[in-house]
Amino acid sequence: MPARIGVVTFPGTLDDQQALRAAAAVGAEPVKLWHRDKNLHQVDAVVLPGGFSYGDYLRAGAIARFSPVMDPIIDAARDGLPVLGICNGFQVLCEAHLLEGAMIRNGDLHFINRDVKLRIENNRTVWTSDYEAGAEAVIPIKNMDGRFVADERTLDALEAEGRVLARYTANPNGAARDIAGISNAAGNVVGLMPHPEYAIDDLTGPYPGPGTDGLPFFTSILKSLVSA
Amino acid sequence: MSTGTSSEHSEHVFDTTDVFQDTAASFDTVAKAEASPDVKQPFRELGMTEDEYLRVREILGRRPSSSELAMYSVMWSEHCSYKSSKVHLRQFGEKAPKTAALLVGPGENAGVVDVGEGLAVTFKVESHNHPSYVEPYQGAATGVGGIVRDILTMGARPIGVMDPLRFGPADAPDTARVLPGVVAGVGGYGNCLGVPNIGGEIVFDPCYLGNPLVNALCVGVMRADEIKLAKAPGPGNQVILFGARTGGDGIGGASVLASATFDEDGPAKRPSVQVGDPFMEKVLIECCLEIFAADLVVGIQDLGAAGLTCSTTELAAAGTGGMDVRLDLAPLRDSTLTPEEVLMSESQERMMAVVEPAKVEAFLAVCEKWDVTATALGEVTDSGRLRMWWHGELIVDVPPRTLAHEGPVYNRPFARPQWQDALQADAPTPERLTRPANAEQLRATLLRLVGSPNLADKSWALEQYDHRVQGNTVLGHGEDSGLVRLDAARPGTSLGVALATDGNGRFAKLDPYSGAQLALAEAYRNVAATGAKPLAVTDCLNFGSPEDPDVMWQFAEACRGLADACLELGTPVTGGNVSFYNQTGETNIHPTPVVGVLGVIDDVDRRTRSAFEREGEILLLLGDTRDEFGGSEWAHEVHSHLGGLPPRVDLAREKVLGEVLIAGSRDGMLSAAHDLSDGGLAQAVVESCLRGGHGARLVLPETDAEGAPLDPFVALFSESAGRAVVAVPRSEELRFTDMCVARGLPVARVGVVDGTALEVQGQFTVPLDELRAAHTAPFRKLFGHSVVDA
Repeated sequence: MPARIGVVTFPGTLDDQQALRAAAAVGAEPVKLWHRDKNLHQVDAVVLPGGFSYGDYLRAGAIARFSPVMDPIIDAARDGLPVLGICNGFQVLCEAHLLEGAMIRNGDLHFINRDVKLRIENNRTVWTSDYEAGAEAVIPIKNMDGRFVADERTLDALEAEGRVLARYTANPNGAARDIAGISNAAGNVVGLMPHPEYAIDDLTGPYPGPGTDGLPFFTSILKSLVSA
Repeated sequence: MSTGTSSEHSEHVFDTTDVFQDTAASFDTVAKAEASPDVKQPFRELGMTEDEYLRVREILGRRPSSSELAMYSVMWSEHCSYKSSKVHLRQFGEKAPKTAALLVGPGENAGVVDVGEGLAVTFKVESHNHPSYVEPYQGAATGVGGIVRDILTMGARPIGVMDPLRFGPADAPDTARVLPGVVAGVGGYGNCLGVPNIGGEIVFDPCYLGNPLVNALCVGVMRADEIKLAKAPGPGNQVILFGARTGGDGIGGASVLASATFDEDGPAKRPSVQVGDPFMEKVLIECCLEIFAADLVVGIQDLGAAGLTCSTTELAAAGTGGMDVRLDLAPLRDSTLTPEEVLMSESQERMMAVVEPAKVEAFLAVCEKWDVTATALGEVTDSGRLRMWWHGELIVDVPPRTLAHEGPVYNRPFARPQWQDALQADAPTPERLTRPANAEQLRATLLRLVGSPNLADKSWALEQYDHRVQGNTVLGHGEDSGLVRLDAARPGTSLGVALATDGNGRFAKLDPYSGAQLALAEAYRNVAATGAKPLAVTDCLNFGSPEDPDVMWQFAEACRGLADACLELGTPVTGGNVSFYNQTGETNIHPTPVVGVLGVIDDVDRRTRSAFEREGEILLLLGDTRDEFGGSEWAHEVHSHLGGLPPRVDLAREKVLGEVLIAGSRDGMLSAAHDLSDGGLAQAVVESCLRGGHGARLVLPETDAEGAPLDPFVALFSESAGRAVVAVPRSEELRFTDMCVARGLPVARVGVVDGTALEVQGQFTVPLDELRAAHTAPFRKLFGHSVVDA
């Protein structure tokens, strides 16, 4: 049986279909999860996709964090379930206190949709093991509140524990210490502002290429699940 | 179900001095209208003429109730009735080329085109000009929201939006207010909806300073057998209002009626610009698509201009002919709204469905799943009357066709403006406008033009739009047309559609007939350049006041030109929009017909990009270059001059050029193609070089089509139509040029992709870095500012 990757749809989620497509592209079984679900339908990993859950009202991710489906996700994540939060999903993970820090408005106060270059700093997580350490990857960002912030002590801890997952090589939004993504201490919960699911083929991926630099996020988790 | 409003109306609206004092109800009713025929009604304040008002009285056989008056005033407005444009728009149907691809033509919410594989595509462009000047963010945002609902209403999933925009001078203080707001509004709404923004235009001209143009186009896809129409057939079927609650926003004229009964210290007039909630619309899209998939509606209409008035009358008029509505059941955001205001409110994100009684439960269940408020307001009847009640009192009793289809039609006077001949005589000859005379001046001209507001890189704005969402954007900003794969309706398909919009107001001012044709020709060319076959057209006709015979002539000429050209190119107009009364102060804008062309490509992998990607490839110029600078970017930017004639139109040539570009794409002969338009060959080559990161060595053609000498300035900057530049691998050059020759398309070798600079042989060289800085810096300098050090 192929590994089952669940993708949550909240009201206002936009990138769920693309996350499902990315899961299918690497050979996983994509499973749709609904925000009102009270169980996770035996998925082996969860993606919280991007979008504007609840219109970003109050704060990005602040309302989605209280959806029924988040209860089993929070419990399972603490028990080691691999969870990847992309963009709005990252914001939800922060609101749910599965990850530290918060996202605020981009430095130029505008929505930014751009292909950016990341340096993968931590390839020891289940979501990044298929990258070489220090590898560079071209992956799109598309967000309004994408600027990662945390207090200095938290930032120092993230650095010291090797939990900075990826950094921008040219910071687009003023994110603290160029941070584009982080993981929890166990490495199973990962939050990432850029969208690897939109860099999975040359036809629709970043231009000029490479268009497939996001795929290793999905091949990584698949290999980890298959070998587990 | 909502219970609507309560009795606070009687406290608020009751006015002892008005004519209603002798009854319990504080609002006007049909019974009161019958009993008080001589009441003076504020029809003029609502924008109606006396003749129009008298016609309403004649239709009804009595004075209208104030609700009925509100409905007629808004349905017979220029915006809703097309009363000044109708007689000219007819020719889009009369001259429409016969094509089996057209499934739904003008008149519905949007036209529908068969694109093969059992799929249909619907698309339309609309204006939201005036609201965007008053309140740029919300005006632009709700423009996107409105056109997306039109597409959704046809039964389609929206898969792309584009925004053709026109502003005053780039450095004008008011442009600094309007442009950032409009761009943020387009992005703020569209990004939150999850519909990719795949193209558009940003153009500056002083004529738009007091009247920006904010047009919005949307395209959607569905299965061809799932088209939905705006009609209410079947007596007994339920009329359900769903989506957002009705509020006081977007009420224009109705406040005249409402405020007439307010005390002087009562509530202020309602705002007339709508406020959008894209989150609500996103949920509404998913809710509707689930409802469509389960086949739960027999008719559907979105609530746009004229809100509940328009949706009820149009549904009833196109269906069995009658409808009974309990208006007070409509869920309200503001319980003090009067029935007239409820009828005219343009609150966004609302839809109206006609549902068979047996399916109402399933319909409401889907709405509940998506947390969408849904309320049955009434039912379809065969009475031939649209009747509405407000707290038990009959307030509306009208024949719906008289509102929706039988409004006034005006044959407004038009005449060729007296100034037209002088304008055309003022040609941009070398004697009239000084041209660059040597290599150094040519180089400076090129750098100036690529950095001019109209030709400069617009990434600062375009990056504020999400062009990737849905994962099917094959080509987006920076390409000749936006191109999306139709995966949303048929997973795994390679079928795609391309869309481009164009419209040059300067050309149309010089000659509205050929200006409209040039707009179509350019969009057609842009679609073909990416490898897609043009199929159909949508248009947004932005003009000044129809009461000015000069403007009406421009409008009539533009319609005639566009209809003639559509016939010749075989691409019918499937729908669109007319926007009149676009003026800066007393001055009408340039006539600005914006034309959108939709094309289809069987295999999206075969699409052609505009970038020069490979060293050593051959650059070919297709088409004829003439000394044509009337209305050109060079004359505008360098000399602030507008005069002469626009470039010559040759639609037969455009057709052949399109065929060659499509065949070259399909057969793998082309590595890149880019249409030549604003700024001519120089601009096209610069864009393709920068996009691909490769330089080029250009050898300019020395003679024109007639064999006369062609000077380097004309070769570089002329805006002759019917041209494109392509890059072909050396191995394909002969095959490609043979094809051009066989089809009678002029083809000239003009250079090679090479190095890190643009070298115009015998003239000048500009390093790519210098070009890039000149092209990309100005727009950010004008509008960008960074709040933190990123």
